[in-house]
Amino acid sequence: MQTSQMIPQLVLLLIVLSNFAVLGTTRLSTCIRALAVQGVLLGILPVVLASHLSLHIAALAIGTVAIKAGILPWFLAWAIREAAVRREIEPIVGFIGSLVLGALALVLAFAIAAHLPPLTSSESLLVPVSLSTVMIGFIVLTSRRKAVTQVVGYLMLENGIYLFGLTQAASVPFLLELGVLLDVFVGVFIMGIVVFHINREFDSLDSARLTELSD
Amino acid sequence: MTWHAFAALAITLIIAPALPGIATKTKSVLTGRRGAPVLQLYFDIWKLLRKGAVYSTTTTWVFRAGPVVVLASLLGAAVLFPLDGREAVARFSGDLVAFAALVALARFALVLAGLDTGSSFEGMGASREVTFATFAEPALFLCFVALVLATGELSLSGMLGAALTATWPRTAAPLLLVAMSLFVLLLAENSRVPVDDPATHLELTMIHEVIVLDHSGPDLALILYASSLKLALFAALVMGVLVPRAAWPEPIALTVLPVGLGLVAVGVGVVESNMARLRLTRVPQLLVGAGALALFGIILLLR
Amino acid sequence: MRLLALWILPLLGAGLALALPTHRIGPARIGTLVAVAAAHLVLVVTLWIVPAAPTLGGWFASDALGLVVLTLVSVLFFLTSLYTVGYLQRERPRGGRVFVSALLGFLAATTVVTLSQHLALLWVGMEATTLTVAPLIFHRHDRRSLEAVWKYLLISSVGIALALLGTFFLAAAQGDAPGRALILSDLIAHAHALHPAWLRGAFLFLLVGFGTKMGLAPMHTWKPDTYGEAPALVGGLMAGALTSCAFLGVARITEVMMAAGLALFVQPILIGFGLLSLLVAATFVIGQRDLKRLLAYSSVEHMGLLVLGLGFGGIGAYGSVLHLLNNGLSKGWLFLVAGNIVLATGSSAAADNRGLLRTLPVSATLLVLGLFAVTGSPPFGLFLSEFTILRGAIAAGHPWIAVVMLLLLSVIFIGMAALILEMALGTPAPGTERVRESPWLLIGPIVLLLIVGMLGVYIPSALNTVLTQAAVSLGGVAP
Repeated sequence: MQTSQMIPQLVLLLIVLSNFAVLGTTRLSTCIRALAVQGVLLGILPVVLASHLSLHIAALAIGTVAIKAGILPWFLAWAIREAAVRREIEPIVGFIGSLVLGALALVLAFAIAAHLPPLTSSESLLVPVSLSTVMIGFIVLTSRRKAVTQVVGYLMLENGIYLFGLTQAASVPFLLELGVLLDVFVGVFIMGIVVFHINREFDSLDSARLTELSD
Repeated sequence: MTWHAFAALAITLIIAPALPGIATKTKSVLTGRRGAPVLQLYFDIWKLLRKGAVYSTTTTWVFRAGPVVVLASLLGAAVLFPLDGREAVARFSGDLVAFAALVALARFALVLAGLDTGSSFEGMGASREVTFATFAEPALFLCFVALVLATGELSLSGMLGAALTATWPRTAAPLLLVAMSLFVLLLAENSRVPVDDPATHLELTMIHEVIVLDHSGPDLALILYASSLKLALFAALVMGVLVPRAAWPEPIALTVLPVGLGLVAVGVGVVESNMARLRLTRVPQLLVGAGALALFGIILLLR
Repeated sequence: MRLLALWILPLLGAGLALALPTHRIGPARIGTLVAVAAAHLVLVVTLWIVPAAPTLGGWFASDALGLVVLTLVSVLFFLTSLYTVGYLQRERPRGGRVFVSALLGFLAATTVVTLSQHLALLWVGMEATTLTVAPLIFHRHDRRSLEAVWKYLLISSVGIALALLGTFFLAAAQGDAPGRALILSDLIAHAHALHPAWLRGAFLFLLVGFGTKMGLAPMHTWKPDTYGEAPALVGGLMAGALTSCAFLGVARITEVMMAAGLALFVQPILIGFGLLSLLVAATFVIGQRDLKRLLAYSSVEHMGLLVLGLGFGGIGAYGSVLHLLNNGLSKGWLFLVAGNIVLATGSSAAADNRGLLRTLPVSATLLVLGLFAVTGSPPFGLFLSEFTILRGAIAAGHPWIAVVMLLLLSVIFIGMAALILEMALGTPAPGTERVRESPWLLIGPIVLLLIVGMLGVYIPSALNTVLTQAAVSLGGVAP
């Protein structure tokens, strides 16, 4: 194996590990840190995948790192400091349970990717890692109660989609930028408006308290 | 079976008690203390061997047999393990299961001896030890499965020997995952931080130390030595996966062995100085995480 | 030019409304809103008379299906803007500065969705609708609207993210196939060169993603909370215009799937989601105590009918397109009426509203007529379109599904009639007086009533041509 293949594979591997770090930790600050690490890895990926470094790719990498590893984690960290929440106390699915689910998701992602026809000229690990990141993001989103952790899950789901977008970056040039933009908008909206207000209205970032509306 | 397999076994048996000392020393230095001498465990064992043993009246032969069985099983495991990176003293197809079984037998004897005292403290430690083992052993087997898949060999000597050197360039990523998983298992199996704290003697929080509370004199010496040997074996396992040495000249491979084991022990010390012990309820999570790592390695190998 | 003006104009209006120096919603902001809405409607009408050529390299075009949705959005938005005049005389939303801008931004976003031929652009429009609607839902800034906006944002963001993944899958399916990337007409023209495995994945993700925005069961959970808490006029725009745009997204990928010859893969899935939506609606409509939540479940029901028609194909697809129009218009009508009730009594719960025929005679009459319209009774347009979808079921060889549909529709009728008739009839609480109803608040529902009533008995030939074209593009036929 050439090093040109080995580095992207290593980065993808670390992305999977960061997924599991989020699944396995109770501490919200660790979750956010893992998310930030993932953001850096996502920024590195287009650079190490490209055969030659163009201005476009450099801009994409810098933008991705700035948003996914800089602004959004900083915002989340601000939110938990502001609201004084530190731990995910009672997740809907326990931590061991969610780790096992995550492992199953990983198996499933690789099984699905094996059945999909290969994409031309891209790293073969990209598709399964992308799918597993989407699934694990979904698991975090649905199995945690804190608003901040749910946002982390959503952002992981986004990261998975970004990874898939890397396979299509050559054929449809704008798609990746769309994904990054989605992050910004949703980040600003969900976190800016909602996290702040949930804190003010409910004195807690526990979305399980949002249960007045139901049938 | 060659002379260097015996030489490697001899080296391992001799330096094993130094490894906990290295870990403790690293931790002490990193946290700004001087710490106990690296060779402290040799002194302890020597001191204990010269003492007499005290046996509680409630204990039976199970308690007396415990330390001997523990050490014997681990010695058996060491015989099966290719410490020099190419061949073990004894090998047969599927000996990895025997290796795991001997490690488990050592645990079983220790737990049984602890339970034999009838003390609630020992019982508590025994229950914890067994609980964590139920999570650690599947993870160990997942690591072995990954190694079997990577090398196509069914014996420890095969999969940590020449076949590993051949497959490393293609399977670096999954092997790194397996090594990480094995390192977590090393911490758990040898009662190190973050699973257990070897420095404490507080019954309510510890696992390994609490089982051996009633052992004294030569019995305790045997157990202390066996524990250090177990640490050496797991360190050799981590090292064996990370550094395939089959292609190296024999003298170099033999010289690297103590250096590598020492480095793993330093790694343990670094982890200990950086982490706090986990709450007991969080330990299974760590072990499931280790299993997930190995599983991920398997998935990558199966692609 | 007109295609660009259609969405740039509302965008400029939104910017203007945001830039105005005052914080209150004064006549300047309301004037901008109504003027832009009217100009938009005029532009859309010209599209019917003189079709516009595709612009920007084929990214924007108005095909039959898009034109139907665009017209629906434009009519609904114009009438809602008139309603807003009356609404803002009574109630001042907090954050008023944003309110008008967000409404106009919503118009721009929905217009982009209906006109875009590039599926990534369509996705951008859809995402923009989510973001522009969020401040509108949150206008009261209290706990309940916060909970509603949280659920809405989180669930529909996940939906929209999955739709993006679906779009990526579609790009992967296109691979080396000829044609411009993700341009609808090129995808359809070279549909057989697309990779079926990726295409199936794309369909599933886009269906779940846009289905979340439509409020198909089981992704409907945000709907009752959001519609229940949003101001009624926003609820009307969401239930009438936004869900129709989301359906357009589902319809676009269905067009590609049909062209690729994957109808047998698509149809059972659509029928399954449709039946589940009807079932969920029927379950929750019974015993519902709040008018706006009731309408939300009714919306789930109608979304189910839309995908059912699509799933049956043939004349079912025609019924679906017609139903899209009817449902959008009648939802606008009912939500505006519900808004009148909330303005009068401060609540849309049945417990606070009894004997509305005496206290709010005009609105209550409109409400009862709306009940019959929305449950598909003749002579309203929904009767015709639901009947066409049922005929589609039988023509496609699913008589039992037709029976189940009829059964569920009857249950929904009973559930809705129970609540609405209780609110309209009954004795008003002592001390309640007759409320004067502003004409601004009545013109919208009345015009919508007239249109829906007309569509039940007479479909203009120009409209019929476009509806047929749209149905054919979805693999259907004219009735």
